[in-house]
Amino acid sequence: MSAKTREARADVEAATVEVHGVHKWYGTHRVLDGIDLTVRPGEVTVVLGPSGSGKSTLLRIINHLEKPEIGYVSVNGELIGVKRQGERLKELSERAILVQRGRIGFVFQNFNLFPHLTVLDNVAAAPIATGRLGRSEAQELARELLGRVGLADKTGAYPRQLSGGQQQRVAIARAIALRPGVILFDEPTSALDPELVGEVLAVIKDLATSGTTLVIVTHEIGFAREVADRVVFIDGGRIVEQGPPAEVLGTPRHERTRDFLSKVL
Amino acid sequence: MSEPPGVTVTFAEAPKTDDPPQPLAAQRVLPLRRPGRWIVTAVVLIVVAQFVHGLVTNPFYQWDRWSYWFLRPTILDGLLITLQVTVYSAVLGLAGGVVLALARLSKSPVLRAVSWTYVWVLRSIPLIVVLIFLYNFSALYQTLSVGIPFGPAFFSFDESRLATDMVVAVVGLSLNEAAYAAEVVRGGILSVDQGQHEAAAALGLPKGYQFRRIVFPQALRSIVPNYVNQLIGLIKGTSLVFYVSLLDLFGSAQTMGSTYPGDIVPLLLVVTVWYLILTSVVSVIQFYVERHYARGATRGLPPTPLQKLRTRLTDLGARVRREAAV
Ligand SMILES: Nc1ncnc2c1ncn2[C@@H]1O[C@H](COP(=O)(O)OP(=O)(O)OP(=O)(O)O)[C@@H](O)[C@H]1O
Ligand SMILES: [Mg+2]
Repeated sequence: MSAKTREARADVEAATVEVHGVHKWYGTHRVLDGIDLTVRPGEVTVVLGPSGSGKSTLLRIINHLEKPEIGYVSVNGELIGVKRQGERLKELSERAILVQRGRIGFVFQNFNLFPHLTVLDNVAAAPIATGRLGRSEAQELARELLGRVGLADKTGAYPRQLSGGQQQRVAIARAIALRPGVILFDEPTSALDPELVGEVLAVIKDLATSGTTLVIVTHEIGFAREVADRVVFIDGGRIVEQGPPAEVLGTPRHERTRDFLSKVL
Repeated sequence: MSEPPGVTVTFAEAPKTDDPPQPLAAQRVLPLRRPGRWIVTAVVLIVVAQFVHGLVTNPFYQWDRWSYWFLRPTILDGLLITLQVTVYSAVLGLAGGVVLALARLSKSPVLRAVSWTYVWVLRSIPLIVVLIFLYNFSALYQTLSVGIPFGPAFFSFDESRLATDMVVAVVGLSLNEAAYAAEVVRGGILSVDQGQHEAAAALGLPKGYQFRRIVFPQALRSIVPNYVNQLIGLIKGTSLVFYVSLLDLFGSAQTMGSTYPGDIVPLLLVVTVWYLILTSVVSVIQFYVERHYARGATRGLPPTPLQKLRTRLTDLGARVRREAAV
């Protein structure tokens, strides 16, 4: 194994994610209203909240697919998408943002695999494109990761030839191919048939035990109770309450949390 | 509801036939007869036959002269020119179209406006006007210089040396082609799902890689059929280069026609057949290119004509065997 491969494969250092006073508007509609959140290295945080409460927006701000109007995000202390200039924040160049995104994995609700590439190329694309690995090394890594998500026999298939659960597992393998310190999941199982949910959750659970920092938006309360170190409940663009799953899910302090849980359970 | 008893027919006592009673589920579905379709087919066949008969036997077409001209060196030289002009213009036009489409989709309002104006102007001017305008360009500008407007020129070259007929033709056609290609490419890029852009951005793929490897290959799925359509128009459009004194396929035939006035009809037929061949070749290439870019878009690839023929034959064989067995 070359030095390059070893470096790319060196065990991931779990990242700290900090969200500081983030506000976000779409036009005049305030979607996030002052979010402060700290996710410690290796911690698994599940974000819950009613539809339209701003959960997706929060995740997309963490990897700077959306820009916050006020506030900022840092990963391992490094500001995301902006840099400090005196007392102000200045936007980073697109190229620099792309480099930062390599340290933040993202898994979409509807997978968004590249349909014209094979499963293997989907996973190998990012390490090759970012110059971290050569083609054959990247493919070797992709094979290994696909084996880890139970798809060793599907490397040559195209995404549309796979079931939803298989596609989402490929998407997870693709997200971890860059060895990100944190992985964000936006409702990873909502687009799946009920019988396929389990296989995807099993893969995420496996990642949770491997020590990567995870932030997961999901409506799977049972999964949250089992895997989460912390549950964050968001409503109306604010964090209503947060804490260990037993507390937030078992004995919620807020009316709105109780309300929400009574609907989803 | 009061129906007289005895009129109700239940399944159990359905009309009896001579066949041994077979459960409904085991019976073959009889295909629907379509007599109207047979009549239309017959009429069309008769009309086609008459047309072909006329084409072959009418002395007006002079098929013997046609075969004399079909592979003449003058005609083949013209064909070569047509091919060259087409290929150069198609490639340059597509490249220009990609640049214009990217400018149109860029965040810069200046680039967007420039691209929009270019497309607007070039699509408004008839191609023949562009060609003749370029042809006379050397009369308007003795030298072409590249530099700051009203300022120093970085380098300049003599227009008359540059402007061979071929260059004029290719430049004119490419300028025109790029305007149309821009819209085709833009439509193709817009047809790519937003989620693809987001996934590529979320993975931190470099901008150029995102376009070349993720977005553009998927855009090609809709670009190829539309651009081929465009290309077929271009092949025929090349016949206009005759007016800038380039002897393409049509031009050679036209020149020969004025030398041998009696052969005008067979010469036009020679040209027609060659254009038919060219567009057919393009259509075949289109099929395979489309098939290539369909990878992953459908669960399986569409069959090639050969594969289709093979499955038809196996199907037919299977049917004959089934019929024989019944
Ligand atoms: N691009 C956009 N333009 C305008 N409004 C938007 C945009 N994206 C999201 N919104 C609005 O922002 C609010 C929060 O959206 P968000 O997608 O973050 O909610 P969510 O909590 O993820 O909901 P869900 O559970 O349904 O996915 C919604 O009211 C939505 O309509
Ligand atoms: Mg959402």
